[in-house]
Amino acid sequence: MELTKEEEDALDGKQGETLALAYRTLVAIGEASGSDRLIPIEWAHLSGVNYNTIGDAGRDFLSHLSQDAKFKVKTTVNPMGFDFDSVSRYNLDDKFIENQRSIKNSYEKMGAIPSYSCIPYEIFDIPKQGTHVSFAESNAAIYANSFSGLKTNKEGAFSALASALTGKSPCSDLRDDKVRKPNLTIRMKVESPDELTYGMLGYFAGKVAGSSVALSGVNDLDRRSCKSLCAGMGTSGACGMFTFGEEEGEKIDFDKKEMQKIHDELNTSESGDLITLGSPQLGLDEIADLAGMLKGRSFKKRCMIFCPSAIKGQMRDLGYRKEIERAGGELLFDCCTCLSPLVDNKEVDSVTTNSVKGAYYLRTSNQVDVNLKSLKNIVAEETK
Amino acid sequence: MNVKVIVKGMAKGSILVAKNPLNFLGGIDKKTGIVHDKNHDLFGKSIGNKILAFPFGIGSSVGAYTIYSLKYNKCAPLAMICLKADLTTASGCAISNIPLVVANKNDYDSLEQDKEVVLDAVTGKIL
Repeated sequence: MELTKEEEDALDGKQGETLALAYRTLVAIGEASGSDRLIPIEWAHLSGVNYNTIGDAGRDFLSHLSQDAKFKVKTTVNPMGFDFDSVSRYNLDDKFIENQRSIKNSYEKMGAIPSYSCIPYEIFDIPKQGTHVSFAESNAAIYANSFSGLKTNKEGAFSALASALTGKSPCSDLRDDKVRKPNLTIRMKVESPDELTYGMLGYFAGKVAGSSVALSGVNDLDRRSCKSLCAGMGTSGACGMFTFGEEEGEKIDFDKKEMQKIHDELNTSESGDLITLGSPQLGLDEIADLAGMLKGRSFKKRCMIFCPSAIKGQMRDLGYRKEIERAGGELLFDCCTCLSPLVDNKEVDSVTTNSVKGAYYLRTSNQVDVNLKSLKNIVAEETK
Repeated sequence: MNVKVIVKGMAKGSILVAKNPLNFLGGIDKKTGIVHDKNHDLFGKSIGNKILAFPFGIGSSVGAYTIYSLKYNKCAPLAMICLKADLTTASGCAISNIPLVVANKNDYDSLEQDKEVVLDAVTGKIL
């Protein structure tokens, strides 16, 4: 990789240990992806915020880093483990809360915008078409490439962190228009799909695709289905973007049989003790939609709904919060279904969700069984 | 066998080969190094103190912190061999000082389970 004099100096530690570490990381991923140079990026979105995911090792690493590090570009962050405003209502131990506070403080000290959201593409203004960004959250990277007109690789937590500290990223993979053009098409053959179907299509696509994949037979995606598709794809694979329509090269069908295989892998229970909505977090239009669906109905069991706090004011002012809480929905901000410490396998055996991503991490990390159901069916069957 | 060096270092130990890609965040217990994804071919095995070979990393970008946590909790692999180094694995190994190399398909397929090897991730050789 060819570095400028300034980059070489930083790599050699002439601008301090933090930047040397950041450049070492960028050079390693540059080598891994066959890049010849670093290019500027305008926005980094970081993962690795929830104490449940990064543990004591991550807490100490960030605390040490934040002693002298500052982010060079706009930097936003993923959800935490819980919502500080409502944490007293939950039975979380004080150690977890203190560890989470330490992580939050470290990121904010380095200059992060306290967004605590996995849907930065929905709550921030999007830079102009073709802008290079560095998004670690997998669903956000795929969404940014596929819908927002931005360019990012499916970054790792540390590669995005290195980009935030330097304002740079190796020019490779999906930053190159030739790689963005898919050479595999998946033909959608399942009829009357809902967001759960699209989540499973994404999960299937992630397993078979390389860096980029084309999807044919997919029309009129609403926001919920778009996000579900991106999150499913991000969970099962290394694929970082998709396009619509058929491309040259190999074709694979996603039919009922393939869908059933994915369903059997992820769905391990016929019912759930608890419902969770939001992996990815629900944005304002999904909240508006949910409030409409819940008119005159109430949840028969506990339902946790995860959102970014950026929409807190609007959802209150527009009456959605009142409607959802009247129906018994439990709104949580700044956190998300994935690896939430609020879903404890000592208290619940199984969870109902419409999220394929949530299903994977609930089963593997929270170690609870999962009952997959579309939102429409959740409202029809789990409310009265 | 010649390999491409991604993160420099030296390691000596036995090889643990995975058939399936690895989701570090969802698939591995960061405190013990044991694979806890029931659908993974290494389910129940520890990746700690092995030279871990797997095709590539998948899923959450936070897997990079899982790699760092494994090192912090003294149950990290001695080194890793991949077919394709994804950014989560590469950045996780870079920060954690775990040697990482990429092997071509033929060489990767010839890796033998439990074989004792020396991995030289400086000149790019597995002996």
